[in-house]
Amino acid sequence: MLRVALAALASMTLSVAMAGAPPTVPDTMAQRVQPCTACHGKEGRSTQLGFFPRIAGKPAGYLYNQLDNFRSGRRAYPTMTYFVEQMSDDYLREIAGYFASLELPYAPPQTVDAPPDEIRRGEALVRQGDAAHGIPACVQCHGAAMTGVLPAIPGLLGLPRGYLVEQFGAWRTGQRKALAPDCMAKIATALTPADITAVATWLSAQPVSLPPAAADTLARPLPLACGSVSP
Amino acid sequence: MTRRRTAALVLVLATIVVAGAGLVAWLNVRGEDPLTGDAGSFAATPEQVARGAYLARAGNCAACHTDRGGAAFAGGKGIATPFGTVYASNLTPDAKTGIGGWSAAQFWRAMHNGRSADGRLLYPAFPYPNFTEITRADSDALFSWLRSQVPVTQVNRPHELRFPYNLQASLAVWRALFFTPGVYEPAPERSAQWNRGAYLVRSLGHCAACHSPRNAFGATRDSLELSGGLIPLQNWYAPSLASGAEAGVADWSSREVADLLKTGLTPRGAALGPMAEVVFRSTQHLTDPDIAAMAEFLKSLPQAPAHRGTPAKLDKAVQAHGEVLYKDHCASCHGANGEGGAGPRGVVYVPLAGNGKVLLETPANFIHIVVNGGFPPTTAGNPRPYGMPPFGPSLKDDEIAVLATWVRNAWGNAAPPVSALDVLNAR
Repeated sequence: MLRVALAALASMTLSVAMAGAPPTVPDTMAQRVQPCTACHGKEGRSTQLGFFPRIAGKPAGYLYNQLDNFRSGRRAYPTMTYFVEQMSDDYLREIAGYFASLELPYAPPQTVDAPPDEIRRGEALVRQGDAAHGIPACVQCHGAAMTGVLPAIPGLLGLPRGYLVEQFGAWRTGQRKALAPDCMAKIATALTPADITAVATWLSAQPVSLPPAAADTLARPLPLACGSVSP
Repeated sequence: MTRRRTAALVLVLATIVVAGAGLVAWLNVRGEDPLTGDAGSFAATPEQVARGAYLARAGNCAACHTDRGGAAFAGGKGIATPFGTVYASNLTPDAKTGIGGWSAAQFWRAMHNGRSADGRLLYPAFPYPNFTEITRADSDALFSWLRSQVPVTQVNRPHELRFPYNLQASLAVWRALFFTPGVYEPAPERSAQWNRGAYLVRSLGHCAACHSPRNAFGATRDSLELSGGLIPLQNWYAPSLASGAEAGVADWSSREVADLLKTGLTPRGAALGPMAEVVFRSTQHLTDPDIAAMAEFLKSLPQAPAHRGTPAKLDKAVQAHGEVLYKDHCASCHGANGEGGAGPRGVVYVPLAGNGKVLLETPANFIHIVVNGGFPPTTAGNPRPYGMPPFGPSLKDDEIAVLATWVRNAWGNAAPPVSALDVLNAR
């Protein structure tokens, strides 16, 4: 009898617990975009060792363009496509705006003890480019501090080396595209594999201190036409 | 004598072959209306164009005929089938590469009889076994709307089908066996609303293309209407709409059915994977009366008894491991007792206790969602959906297997176990 009563009590408690207020889910973007953090790290700040790029603090226009590129097939990564393919423009803009608004500390640089020759070549390409081969300096578009330029040019620091190398590879093979004219595809094709490695090595060896805010404008016009930047 | 006998045998065989071929040919063109009029002789009314735009949503034409990042309705998207890849065609009114040169009668023949303007038999990846039941008036409206679109010059990509599926003769035999042109016959004992719903579900909605089982030749079986089917090559199972144990809605309220089709999210479940696309591109755009009609029809489907298989028997180690995994990875959203989570505007994370999708005998969808996560579609009713993180990157196959098995047998749930091999297959 006691047993039955206890069992009844237990089942009542359980049903009360289940019928009672379920966990109240925060009405925030941070909660909504939990799936992004599985790869891009807590709050999209990336990790020191991973492949996945940091998205926190990148310009909103750049992030929106990338989300749209995945949705439209200009970039190919199955998980990203799967996540965004049934999303409205408005929601993609809101997600981009959310991650752009995060100002978070950066992890220490991933690349250490790189060969000095490679570092020198990388820095030269980033700061001066290679006029003989028609390659502009990275800083000409991505800003003197390489922290990007609003609204759509991304910063280059704090990204994993492997990610950087793979992006150049993807541009060369047409796996990654941007709105035409696709300036980065042009540059990636002009670079040699050794140059790509050097650039990625140097960039991923740079420490980043806050605030790495993107610049508002560029001092000079872009050295070549970019479909994802022009209004 | 022997020679004579051989000759006779050859003659008999030849007669059978010729008669068979004749029968197949006849079966392929039976019920066709005469092709009257030409491309120029069809004048669409504004009402037809507007109606056609709506019907194109109801039929979700864009899902196949608009390629990712491609021009709207210009085709080119590949539909993977077990027989090879079928490429959707250009439906824009371009005269050379689209349907600009088609007459309304030819368009009707494609929708109703599965034959293209040039006479070719069409592959049933284009779901004319369902579309065959649309009315001529709806076909003409669709045609009117397509003809009002911007023409895009894009040559149709040839299908990449293996032998013998690449032959028109094989397709003719398939059609002779599995396709009969049909007309939607209203059920007089049912309400007008029910009939409207049945028409939308069976014809334009082509729900059976995923939700009905297919035989070895890829044909859906009418006798098993909407009783669930594995979507070829996608690792998603379109659950039975004719079983309350799966996705049958007989015991749902009409409002709940409407919510799922309009918003993609209800406390009973969220639309993820292929169904998210259906809600995103098609059903959320349908009128409330049409959604209510579909709900009435779906609620009336005869319900088959549940097939749940034998529930897993969890040993102590699995029980303990599963519980820890659930607490660490799932409970913060889905609740300590699988009760789900709600925000200020209602359900956000669906309950896992008693959830038909979690308990499906075929665990493919559940594994898929644990491994890949996902977002329900953005809709007017749920414009900023919450997502489920992918656990594929952080959990091993055997951990996901233990977790899934545990959830499928917690809080009164009872379903067969999930193995690490099941998880591996879903990755």
